[in-house]
Amino acid sequence: MDTFSIAGRTFASRLIIGTGKYPSHPVMVKAHEASGADMVTVAVRRVNISLPRGGAAPRGSKEESLLDYIDTSKYFILPNTAGCYTADDAVRTARLGREAGLSHWVKLEVIGDERTLFPDNEALIEATRVLVREGFVVLPYTSDDPVVCRKLEDAGASAVMPLGAPIGSGLGIQNPNNIRIIREFSHVPVIVDAGVGTASDAAFAMELGADGVLMNTAIAGAQDPAAMAEAMKLAVRAGRLAHLAGRIPRKMYATASSPIEGLVGR
Amino acid sequence: MTITLNGDPFDVSGPLTVSQLLTALDIDARRVAVEHNLVVLKRTAFDAAIVREGDQVEIVNFVGGG
Repeated sequence: MDTFSIAGRTFASRLIIGTGKYPSHPVMVKAHEASGADMVTVAVRRVNISLPRGGAAPRGSKEESLLDYIDTSKYFILPNTAGCYTADDAVRTARLGREAGLSHWVKLEVIGDERTLFPDNEALIEATRVLVREGFVVLPYTSDDPVVCRKLEDAGASAVMPLGAPIGSGLGIQNPNNIRIIREFSHVPVIVDAGVGTASDAAFAMELGADGVLMNTAIAGAQDPAAMAEAMKLAVRAGRLAHLAGRIPRKMYATASSPIEGLVGR
Repeated sequence: MTITLNGDPFDVSGPLTVSQLLTALDIDARRVAVEHNLVVLKRTAFDAAIVREGDQVEIVNFVGGG
């Protein structure tokens, strides 16, 4: 049985998807259903505080909540620390996410550069250490660097999540050989996080040996998010099966598929 | 009194508990997490934690993200 477990928790799907950038909440719900995913990421942000004016009541979080659109009995919620630029802010955000969601899992992001959203790996390793000490299950979003991934694993990360390409870029897996090496070196699940543009990118990540794929924009930004979500579900499954099946070696020239004996006219 | 609420100065009569502050803001306590002077509070502590003049309070919830 090909099961997918992180920190002792087993998931039915190897596809993890986001909740951001959908045209609407109902469109997100349809995409989530079509994806077959059972883990979704969310961001932690300040509640809008509207100051009371002229005696009117202040308006807090009674506005539509994201959680009204996520069936938490079906989907495991993975809070992220997206947008944090220091280890301290990421740790604070992770702690808040734990209290808001009552889960001690976190997708840890510490960003080091605004244009590329590439991770600050030094701060990421530091934040991983702190949060692991506090009992968190830490899933760090990291560069596709086998050495950094090893350091994250040593720091106690429950999985490593190397990027395929910059967040939201849809460029596909830019350094396949690194992903393959990271899988070979790691003793924890490897989840390719970010950079997927279309189904073949997800399948490719899985063929390289990734244990899972995490994506947001590729689905949420597609013209038909639910259809793309289904495509991603099938792609992840197909890529996984192909990886397990063991592909044929690459050869420079042709090898005939049909018998070369008994040809008519020879 | 004036506190710093989500990074901005905010006037509210107090001292008051975090639960009272959330009620005054019309915020459902089950939907948010609260940090009080850089310490994240357990939800069960909302009734006991007292917010005073000059305190720093962060109230967050989940939004869409990847």
